[in-house]
Amino acid sequence: MTKKMDSTKRYEKLREAVGNGDVDRRTFFGLLGSAGITAGLSGGIMTAMAKHARAAGTELHFEGWGGVVSEALRKHAFDPYEAATGNKVIDATFGGENEVLTKVKAAGSTDGHNILHSSGVSWYKRWTDNGYGVVLNEDNIPNMANVMEAIIKPFRDITPDGLSAVPYDYGTTGIAYNTKYVSEEKAKELGANLLLDKELKGKIGGWGGDWANRAWYGALQSGQDPNNIEDWDAVWDKAREHRDLVLKYWGSGAELMDLLAKEEIYVTEAWSGRVAALQEQGHPIAYMDPPNGLAWMESMFVLKGSPMEAAEELLNFMLAPETAIAVADGQNYPSSLDPTKVPMPEGVEKLPAYDPTGKLEGLVFRDPVKWVAVEKDQSKMWNRVQKGG
Amino acid sequence: MADTATKFDKRPALLLTPAFIAITALVVIPMSFILVYSFYENVDLAVDRVAFQFGNWEELLTDGYYHNAIWKTLKISFVVTVLAAVLGYLPAYFIAMTKFRHKWLLLLLLILPFWVSFIIRTLSWIHILGNQGAINGLLQWLGLTDEPIRMMFNEFSVMVGLIHVFLPYMILNIYVSLEGIDENLEPAARTLGATPWQAFKEVTLPLSLPGLAAGSLLVFVLTGGSYVTPLILGGPSDFLFGNLIYDAVVTELNWPMGATLSFTLLVLLGSVVVIYSRFMGLNQLSKAFG
Repeated sequence: MTKKMDSTKRYEKLREAVGNGDVDRRTFFGLLGSAGITAGLSGGIMTAMAKHARAAGTELHFEGWGGVVSEALRKHAFDPYEAATGNKVIDATFGGENEVLTKVKAAGSTDGHNILHSSGVSWYKRWTDNGYGVVLNEDNIPNMANVMEAIIKPFRDITPDGLSAVPYDYGTTGIAYNTKYVSEEKAKELGANLLLDKELKGKIGGWGGDWANRAWYGALQSGQDPNNIEDWDAVWDKAREHRDLVLKYWGSGAELMDLLAKEEIYVTEAWSGRVAALQEQGHPIAYMDPPNGLAWMESMFVLKGSPMEAAEELLNFMLAPETAIAVADGQNYPSSLDPTKVPMPEGVEKLPAYDPTGKLEGLVFRDPVKWVAVEKDQSKMWNRVQKGG
Repeated sequence: MADTATKFDKRPALLLTPAFIAITALVVIPMSFILVYSFYENVDLAVDRVAFQFGNWEELLTDGYYHNAIWKTLKISFVVTVLAAVLGYLPAYFIAMTKFRHKWLLLLLLILPFWVSFIIRTLSWIHILGNQGAINGLLQWLGLTDEPIRMMFNEFSVMVGLIHVFLPYMILNIYVSLEGIDENLEPAARTLGATPWQAFKEVTLPLSLPGLAAGSLLVFVLTGGSYVTPLILGGPSDFLFGNLIYDAVVTELNWPMGATLSFTLLVLLGSVVVIYSRFMGLNQLSKAFG
């Protein structure tokens, strides 16, 4: 008669057998060896398959902001690129480029990191200053001809001998508010000070991941020119005032959308594209750029050590008008393509921050020289203020 | 005979060698690097200079910001440990004492949460405690409240998240202790005139203390080293020492300071383990996993 045994019993019997010496050492190591060989064989097969897969095309590792932005890139850029070339784009997300820089620095190499959806000119400067840049052969990226000269210039000023990235999109970090609880009149009247409205205590959010964003708003709230801050104490006093009203500092676009959609918060500074995505989903969230609101541009930054030919091919593919416009429409950020050269569809023209002139003169960007110079001290200060300091 | 007595037995050394090598390679050497790095100087974001200076340590010892974080971490770890002990004892007692034929099923249920990602488990609290979460939804549906009650993004939600994640460690340790108690002892106490409560208080509880202490040690140390839970479930002022390490390493790109803070946390939590070991011994920990 076979006795039925549960797993616990079977384990206990085996342990008892080993303890009693009923399973000899030779048998034990034999079993162990068999397990090792099985694992080794599986590993070998997997390695061979991976080699075969790699031989089929070049792999490019892409890191970006996740959420609707990554979805738009995957659907409108990477999938068609893979189908057209046989190359593979492996995309991952980050909460900020500092995470990538930490990983690269810790590993001592850029292996596994090729292209970043890099934010702002400041980060372009940091990557190139730290020796992680490349020199793109712009002849291999003919679609660069359609990119706005105004958006290329700040990057070229930093690396006049050649670009390490192609500018790809731009947007603003304005203020989002729930129209069920905050009227348009009140929002416009208060502007950046809406984030300091005491009536909304516990219903205000803020981006915790970027000291410069907080400082920009602190400058606006303390009546200073964000690109020429003279009184940093006043900036951080405003940040403290904001902190005392905040429910939560969000750390990603997805978290921002979640907090607004679930009405955990009614007001926060926000990325224009994410708010547009919420509006598309039917949430009563309005968006405004206060005077001197923060504008930014993003690039596709190629890291040192990347397969250049494939990377340039991908960048050119991404800048093709049909791809760039589809991505812009999907991620809700205007494309870097010059609208005077490439006609934009109505959907893109309606996006927040969209500039039909192609000169970007109506938007205020960070001056990288000013902001990078103070980053070491002020980012530390922000971490303290954020935590009650 | 004399030969046998003086012959050196190599087996313990041989058996310990792999563990010794692993601990040296994976703990001692990396921690030594971290200690060395704490003397380096951060000259700019992500740019460090090799040096032997005490600036980072001086900042740690003289700046109240760090002392506050240490105090906060110890306080939250202590409260979470006490609550986990109180909440964990009952299920552990039930599992140990039940006559249910399929006790393994109860143990399986206990470890089932480990099959789900730690992050997902933590995020799930937003859907339970949030403004539009299950509890507020139920309260409003029952007409008990008109407005959502604020339960998220504060110290309460951080503690709930930490207890949720670490409670199984507490239960398992107490269970192992209770399981090892001779089941005739409590009936024996009863036959000598003890009430059920007295029998528990005088016999079972003291004998299960090693498990309770081992569970408490694990929960305390694991809580003290946490940083993701406050990040997801906490508000601006809800942070642990681990969050300062994250700030230094990832957002300020200041590795020397991050190394200083990391080593400090290691020493702090290591001290707790040493104190525990001094009074309780560490052998109870191995039982829980053996």
